Amino acid sequence: MHMQEKLKNLLGVLVSAVIIAGCASTATEPVEQQPAEDVVEVVEVVEVEVEEAVAGFAADNRTPLDAAGNPVSRTFYFDFDQSVVSPADFAALEVHAQILAANPGRRVVIAGHCDQRGTREYNLALGERRAQSISAILIAAGVNARQIEEVSYGEEQLADPANTSRAWALNRRAVVSYR
Amino acid sequence: MCLMALVLAGPVQADLDTIIIDQGVDNPIRIAVVPFALSEDLAQQQNPAKLIGFDLARSGQFDPVASENMLSYPSSRNEVFFRDWRILQTAYLVIGSANADAQGRVQIRYQLFDVATQAELQTANFSVSLDQWRDVGHKIADLIYAEVTGVRGAFSTKILYVLAEGTGTAQARYRLQIADVDGQRPRTLYSSSQPILSASWSPDGTRVAYVSFETGRPSIILQDVGGPNRERLTNFRGINGSPVFSPDGKQLAMVLSRSGDPEIFVMDLETRKLRRITRHPAIDTEPSWSPDGQYLIFTSDRGGRPQIYQVELATNFLERLTFVGDYNARARLLPDGRHLVFVHRRNGVFHIAWQDLQEDRLLVLTQSQLDESPSLAPNGAMLIYATQDQDKGILAAVSVDGRVKYRLPSSAGDVREPAWSPFLPDVVMAMDP
Repeated sequence: MHMQEKLKNLLGVLVSAVIIAGCASTATEPVEQQPAEDVVEVVEVVEVEVEEAVAGFAADNRTPLDAAGNPVSRTFYFDFDQSVVSPADFAALEVHAQILAANPGRRVVIAGHCDQRGTREYNLALGERRAQSISAILIAAGVNARQIEEVSYGEEQLADPANTSRAWALNRRAVVSYR
Repeated sequence: MCLMALVLAGPVQADLDTIIIDQGVDNPIRIAVVPFALSEDLAQQQNPAKLIGFDLARSGQFDPVASENMLSYPSSRNEVFFRDWRILQTAYLVIGSANADAQGRVQIRYQLFDVATQAELQTANFSVSLDQWRDVGHKIADLIYAEVTGVRGAFSTKILYVLAEGTGTAQARYRLQIADVDGQRPRTLYSSSQPILSASWSPDGTRVAYVSFETGRPSIILQDVGGPNRERLTNFRGINGSPVFSPDGKQLAMVLSRSGDPEIFVMDLETRKLRRITRHPAIDTEPSWSPDGQYLIFTSDRGGRPQIYQVELATNFLERLTFVGDYNARARLLPDGRHLVFVHRRNGVFHIAWQDLQEDRLLVLTQSQLDESPSLAPNGAMLIYATQDQDKGILAAVSVDGRVKYRLPSSAGDVREPAWSPFLPDVVMAMDP
């Protein structure tokens, strides 16, 4: 499948998932159950990816690879005091979602991290939000929530301890690790 | 402003071995602490006068006379010529002596004089074992400080802190350390390859609570300071953080995100029952008790940015306390319940700030960057906090009026998250001579 198309599909999945989630919270009216087709569509997309089964793991069985055999980015960066995932990261997260959907026995730990600024416990909370943002996208893309564990390290495990804006940017991250 | 650097001659294994006093009050009190007369078998010990003078100097309120400038070295009342001390413009004089007895006990004696009136203000004897040598020095400094300033001294207290070495490498090591408040005599309470944070004291000083990642996730640990007991109190899914003892020691406030987002809880330490205090999808964290135990203050970004809020436990009545700036976090109330210290961001830089809750005045106490984790001395006179010195975490202290400052640079790794102990039971008892 062409990359652009795949991304469109993922966005379709995301939108569907949002609609479904929206329905779930207002499920008192039976009329709202109507977009059941969307649910079918979600399954369909996942099925297609499973059949293609091109994404997978490197020889270490931990490094996720995309359809072209290239390692998929596992680290996603955030703005200061923010937990919004950059749209530029959607493509890589889609591949992670495919891999996890195709390998229901595999689990990931999503570790949320912050830069050194701000207080430690507040950063612990912020790191958790970042991990949850990544997790929400994977779940929306069809990953079973049971495959995902979120953990926040706040500012306790810095990627770069320097006090420069570049180091800070490297520290504000969420990292997806396969178990 | 007095500017000085004092180096403690002491064992090199100390992690926080040099204290640099950056700033003190404008007119510190002149005091002469004459080197104590030591019997021969005690000659290798650090002279108590040095430790006492250093304690008093660190408060920023005293300016001890350097021993080389003294005109005489009395160790008993009949050797004192007050003229010698008036010439040096000394307001107070401390003399003392120490000797070891046949049983290996050490007898230490001191006297405090008012130079102007020549009156003896204080005197006491101590009979201790040699390993309590420093305890006696700190105790004498406490007594002198209280006599002269009217405020209880806090030199005999301890600090907890986290020492992190090799972070970001496979050899990372985190240690929960306990030391004298001058950084001397550190010992390790707990050591792990995983992060440790948010240590706090029980009000009687016998237990500490902290967060450990030893299971791969954060959990709250309760540990005896002097004994072997160590217990994992919580290990819920998500955050288990910010444990803080209530003033009566019976409850522990904490943060749990098991419901999906961080909320403040209070655990009854006897029944282990949890009571949920906050209900808001925003971040609610960093709880701390009011001195009367009736309120919790905490950090929340429910208004969009982190600010300090207060909740009355009996009614759940909520009030926002900070309005200046877009980042105010990890607040602690002073013992008077009226003043607040917290982390405050101004022009992108993180400082420790002080706020008068009745008059809504805000004062920035520290000028360095990335200052965090303010922890108050039990007498409310100073607070200790974590800051950065050339990309290395160190501890520093500042008086609550911002006028007195000192640093405790570290010869080891990153030092962070200090927690000042409450007043501790006396380990050495003063006896009337």
